[in-house]
Amino acid sequence: MKAYISVFKLRLYNGMQYRAAALAGIATQFFWGFIIIMVYEAFYSQGGIEAPISLSELISYVWLQQAFLALIILWFRDNELFQLITTGNIAYELCRPSGIYGLWFAKLLAQRLASALLRCMPIIAVALLLPEPYRLLPPPDPATFLLFATTLLLGLFIMVALSMLMYISVFVTLSPSGSMLVFAVLGEFLAGMVIPIPLMPGWLQSIVDLLPFRYSADFPFRVYSGHIPKDEAWIGIGIQCAWLAALIGIGKLAMGKALRRVVVQGG
Amino acid sequence: MITINGLSKTFQVAKRSSGMKEAVKALFHREYTAVEALKDISFTIKPGEIVGYIGPNGAGKSTTIKVMSGILVPDGGSCSIMGYTPWLDRVAYVKNIGVVFGQRSQLWWDVPVVDSFELLRDIYDVPEQEYGSNLSLLTETLELADIIQTPVRQLSLGQRMRCEIAASLLHSPSILFLDEPTIGLDAVSKIAVRRFIRTINEEKGVTVILTTHDMNDIEALARRIILIGKGRLLFDGSIDAIRSRFDKEKTLTIVYRNRPEPLQIAGATIESWSPERAVLRVDTEKAVLSDVLIEASKQVELLDVAIDAQPIEDLIVQLYKEHQIS
Amino acid sequence: MKLYWKYVVILFKSQMQYRASFWLLTIGQFLVPFSVFAGLYFLFERFEQIKGWQFQEVALCFAVIHMAFSLSECFARGFDYFSAMVVNGEFDRVLVRPRGTVLQVMGSKFEFTRVGRLIQSLIVLIWAISRLPVEWTAPKAVTLLLMVASGTFIFTGIFILAATLCFWTVQGLEVVNIFTDGGRQMAQYPLQIYKKWVTRFFTFVIPFSCVNYLPLLYILDKAPGNGLLYMLSPLAGVVFLLPCLLVWQVGVRHYRSTGS
Repeated sequence: MKAYISVFKLRLYNGMQYRAAALAGIATQFFWGFIIIMVYEAFYSQGGIEAPISLSELISYVWLQQAFLALIILWFRDNELFQLITTGNIAYELCRPSGIYGLWFAKLLAQRLASALLRCMPIIAVALLLPEPYRLLPPPDPATFLLFATTLLLGLFIMVALSMLMYISVFVTLSPSGSMLVFAVLGEFLAGMVIPIPLMPGWLQSIVDLLPFRYSADFPFRVYSGHIPKDEAWIGIGIQCAWLAALIGIGKLAMGKALRRVVVQGG
Repeated sequence: MITINGLSKTFQVAKRSSGMKEAVKALFHREYTAVEALKDISFTIKPGEIVGYIGPNGAGKSTTIKVMSGILVPDGGSCSIMGYTPWLDRVAYVKNIGVVFGQRSQLWWDVPVVDSFELLRDIYDVPEQEYGSNLSLLTETLELADIIQTPVRQLSLGQRMRCEIAASLLHSPSILFLDEPTIGLDAVSKIAVRRFIRTINEEKGVTVILTTHDMNDIEALARRIILIGKGRLLFDGSIDAIRSRFDKEKTLTIVYRNRPEPLQIAGATIESWSPERAVLRVDTEKAVLSDVLIEASKQVELLDVAIDAQPIEDLIVQLYKEHQIS
Repeated sequence: MKLYWKYVVILFKSQMQYRASFWLLTIGQFLVPFSVFAGLYFLFERFEQIKGWQFQEVALCFAVIHMAFSLSECFARGFDYFSAMVVNGEFDRVLVRPRGTVLQVMGSKFEFTRVGRLIQSLIVLIWAISRLPVEWTAPKAVTLLLMVASGTFIFTGIFILAATLCFWTVQGLEVVNIFTDGGRQMAQYPLQIYKKWVTRFFTFVIPFSCVNYLPLLYILDKAPGNGLLYMLSPLAGVVFLLPCLLVWQVGVRHYRSTGS
């Protein structure tokens, strides 16, 4: 466990050093947030249509998405890991006394956290102070906030477990970019990154509900605004845990198989 | 051919700061320190010369090369190469030079070498006939025939360097700048590259300016050395001039028929001694080498004699030491 | 120009060394705007229109801007990757060759996989044209072509500006994404739906509205008064590119005097 923690720490400090990149990222995400909100504002201004989510709930959804982008995008590439796999240098990793799955998990987790920590505070702070209607409203009560924090954290774990599967798939394909791009595009759409899930047509929503993607982003953001009531949130947390266990289980199994192949082929 | 007069260049280097507070400050106001990369450098080079341009890391070698190849604009001084001022008439001027950066490739990584050559032909606008004759000459002298259809990424470092040099000569330049051409090469490739540089210098009369840290390159190729340190020109002359200045000691190893007691020879210091073999050091300013040998042959029955000069590497180190730049 | 195609050919040969990865990436590039377009479709399915604009009209808007974006990513990718060129010293190599720097940097990279994105937007374009109740005339067709060309110029101009920044710093360059990715995202919709300050900025500073919204008014017969002005507004893209090239030259001069 100690090894995992020190890998985690190292990566966290490393990631925190990119201040200029973080500033640029914040500016970009603000711009995106504004553009997206203005588009929804235009759609909502027409009236006459019963929307399944209110504009202010939608605006919280957008700001949280922008603030925690680093936690929830699938496409968070770690070139070091790719190179490790494609060049066969993975053999060195195998020499270490800790399980690779855990080490990589810690590494990916730390990278996302470092990047998100730098960005989320300023974005949320400013978004809370914006004039109406752009303001990010605080959650309705402290209990909701605690639920949100829990679901976001679980969502992050799910996302890392999912991206672990992507890295493991590179063992088989040995060419990272193409297949991952396809996977990432689909995954992000199904996580509600392109349009919020409540705005999708009913048939698509019922598909999305069956997949793990929405539990990383869509679910915590709707818990935040109270769009998902508390009792439903508790059920959601249960589903999150189940998905997490399943994804880690599959990941470990697949990794074990892939590694055995590496050992047999000699890299 | 090349006339450089009073060249100088100063860089503004931003002071590195640490800590959040300093970093924020640096956003608005940065402190700079001036680094004088070149101070009043002057020299001339005649057509057909091979000049070794040497100096320790950070001495200003690559700054000079960058100025001479038209990449960098100096602060002061003049530079006239074949009638051009490199930084003013960049496009017209660079048609006349070839540049090899030893650490960087100018070839396209994933395609056969010959494809790169053909693109370079188009970039430099080389007439078809000239290109054909250059290519066949280069292919022959550099023994490229077997590798010219191979993608660059599959070549060894030595093969690649031969192709790099060929690539910079396709447009028949009059001057060739070589920046560390033998870096990382194995012994055989090094010798091949040196031999080739000499060939094109002799046969095509190409002027060569060579920077390197490998003194064997210098010894094998350059008749003239320009030494630079801390931005100043420190020495400009032949290797022989350096030799006569620093190479005042010869090491003399003699092997003789068994003699139990030590030797005593005037003008030589005994470095080590055994009943069969002795190593002597002779200061050539104080004693004549042949006298020492005659004296030795009087005392013992000589079986073998070896005289070693100091390697050029050591001489350069002495030169650096003299100027306190190492 | 002939030389530029030679660059393209050699880069294409290089790319073809990795065929499998090329096809997968192309498919991926096809899917990226496809998912965005699907999102657009679902939104219109629910809301029917946006401030008086129909789905087909917005689809045309979407297709034009995505075509322009993918074209400029194809051709001007060298500028997008320019920071690496400065950092590893490749730019010195450019300077010792007897050709212009713009041509050489553009020729240093060509992103063929963006063809996937281009095809996707082309399909959307054809679909939108076939569904729009617009009478197509020669001037309208020319305007449409001008829109795509001009959009390509604007994105290229932004790439060049970003590359020029590399002569001073390579940190925090992602902020340029606001104007490239952000500009693309924004110009998917007619600019009229945004707040005034956004519309103004993207008309007078970076003239996205001149490649998309204004000429679109002409094509859809929504333009008030004389249509000629609306028709010719895409020329602003050329006007935008010129100062960008000028700034680039300033950057090159700075590089040659500092060598940083």
